[in-house]
Amino acid sequence: MTTPVLTPPVVDDDPYAEEHLIDRLPVQQRVREAGPVVYLSALDVYATGRYDVIREVLADWQHFHVGAGVGLANFHVEKPWRPPALPTEADPPVHDAPRRVLTEVLSTRVLRRLRSEWLAEAEQSVDQVLARGGVIDAMNELAAPFPLKVFPDAVGLPPERRRDLLAYGDLVFNAFGPQNALFEKSATRLTQLSAWVTTLCRRENLAPGGFGASIWEAADRGEITLEQAPLVVRSLVSAGIDTTVHGIAAILHAFATHPEQWQLLRKDPGLARRAFDEAVRWASPLQIVFHTTGDDPVEFLGTTIGPHQKMMLLIGAGNRDPRRWDAPNNFDLGRDPSGHVGFGMGLHQCVGQHVARLEAEVLLTALADRVEHLELAGTPERGYNNSLQTWNTLPVRLVPA
Amino acid sequence: MNTAVAAARAGLDTDATSIQVVGVEVVAEGVVAVTLADPTGRRLPPWTPGSHIDVILPNGLVRQYSLCGDRWDAYTYRIAVLRETAGSGGSEWIHTQLAEGQILGFGGPRNHFHLVPAERYLFIAGGIGITPLLPMIQQADRLKIPWKLLYGGRWRRSMAFADELTDARGHVDLVPENEFGRPDIADWVGDIEKGTRVYCCGPAGLLDAAERASANWLPHTLHTERFVNGAGRRADDRPFVVHLQRSGLDLPVAPGTSILDAMAQAGVGVLSSCRQGTCGTCEVAVLAGRPDHRDSMLSETDRDAGDCILVCVSRAHTSTLTLDA
Repeated sequence: MTTPVLTPPVVDDDPYAEEHLIDRLPVQQRVREAGPVVYLSALDVYATGRYDVIREVLADWQHFHVGAGVGLANFHVEKPWRPPALPTEADPPVHDAPRRVLTEVLSTRVLRRLRSEWLAEAEQSVDQVLARGGVIDAMNELAAPFPLKVFPDAVGLPPERRRDLLAYGDLVFNAFGPQNALFEKSATRLTQLSAWVTTLCRRENLAPGGFGASIWEAADRGEITLEQAPLVVRSLVSAGIDTTVHGIAAILHAFATHPEQWQLLRKDPGLARRAFDEAVRWASPLQIVFHTTGDDPVEFLGTTIGPHQKMMLLIGAGNRDPRRWDAPNNFDLGRDPSGHVGFGMGLHQCVGQHVARLEAEVLLTALADRVEHLELAGTPERGYNNSLQTWNTLPVRLVPA
Repeated sequence: MNTAVAAARAGLDTDATSIQVVGVEVVAEGVVAVTLADPTGRRLPPWTPGSHIDVILPNGLVRQYSLCGDRWDAYTYRIAVLRETAGSGGSEWIHTQLAEGQILGFGGPRNHFHLVPAERYLFIAGGIGITPLLPMIQQADRLKIPWKLLYGGRWRRSMAFADELTDARGHVDLVPENEFGRPDIADWVGDIEKGTRVYCCGPAGLLDAAERASANWLPHTLHTERFVNGAGRRADDRPFVVHLQRSGLDLPVAPGTSILDAMAQAGVGVLSSCRQGTCGTCEVAVLAGRPDHRDSMLSETDRDAGDCILVCVSRAHTSTLTLDA
């Protein structure tokens, strides 16, 4: 006797439609509640917004691959606009060596050495904005400049054109979506910035002692190939900036709109790490990631998914799935956000998550020490990005302690 | 698959520190292959060729065994154990007492013997040293990278997995010592071309010979793994106490419970993510006592320093462990 194959429910929303890029909740909810796996007719892809199903797809690297691209483009039938990201768009076995090198370059021991330096930098940033007094644009005066200082410095990038790094990441995360008018319009600038970032990733342009130089040293020891080294450096630059900047913006926005949670953090600054992860769960800076089935069909939750089919993972929907989270829409430091999928999970889980956590933790520590209260001082403006939840401005009033 | 989904749905993320024997098979004279699975039928932590796991036997001995199965099988691990009558009893116990259905403690997987990219691989195995090389060979095949294997052993019937290798795509030289004597490594390797990597695993004599031969090779050509005897490292699946310095709490941690859960129950939550010791999110600083590291994440340096612990899977060698929490 064979089990009848279920046809997944069809959802006709396009998550990339302009109205869904600003407020993603309605489409997240429709996809999540329609079924464990749905078919998105507008994009001809499968999708899931359920926490448990996202976890399953991310865990099952044997059947759901990244090598065909972690964006909407299907490398089985389309030529990627740039060489696939490494290790982000590599499956085992090719994935192993670059992933291992990055894991070691960004190890907890390395980060522990950076903490005091970054904390001093965070204290200085916070003191500067407090000296200006009154209302600040927390996006452009804290959330962007702090990571843009400490992280590229740690990579060993030159001090010039830091805002261009943010612009580059923004375009890269847009390019994981459909190649629509938005993408076409930015293609020229993307090509220019991409060429510039490529030169930054060369050995001679990376300061000694930084993450970038360590990656090249690993290549000299034969742990990755010399061809892989610049791509691995590039993945730090592409994936490590915008995600963190908008993650920190998300946490500042969360606290500015939840003053009682700020008081909890002030009472117990040890909550800083948890607060960041709760913000990553609540806001999910990276909203959408794709995996793709391999050469064989996959039997999955009663559905057969054919070969080379894209599966869209709505990270933000899973992080607010009521099946997993109590009162999922509440930003709550009293909850344990462990297990959220904002950094992914499994083999490809964000290798830089501890770096992001450290950046956020030192900045929150400095703020909690110096700021009695923060609140919105105007309407914040979100940015449009296909894959990221971004901010253009975040007007906030800081009341010094 | 459905088990995993059900577990995630229930919000259950049990910790991965025990493993069940699901198969025991004699594969050569004095060698048994053991197949292991998660006791609840869920996926095991992923691994890469060259990895080993710590197996914690009911008699308290801890042994490291290379994983020699197929990493594309997410649900089982395979190890192979040589009976060493002169050893301290670990392999003896496995050969005489181990049975299907038994639950053992385990840690890892960890890898100190990584397969790096290469244009061609030369593999040199001595006896049971074949085990970490098997998945490497499978990987070389998958990537269509040319390889050769020199496999030495005491005599043919003691050489495990030889039959698995003979129909492989590379070139295999089986060298039983009773028929051919000891192989000359330098002679077998010949001139090393750029882009070649040599992986060698086996008894100390073989590794020493490989290291002598490598004096004329380009740097970083030779990769070796020495089997370290874990004797003296007693496992502690016994109960222990975690003292939380900042909270001023003393928490008993029973076997089968993780430090992470004990802390959560006491209201001292630690942020975690994978609960398998693979991601590093739940790192906590250790102020006193000796951690029994069961994770896949920390480097040897970190493990030896003993100043941090991943509380989702690791335990304590000492009766008390003081943490900065």
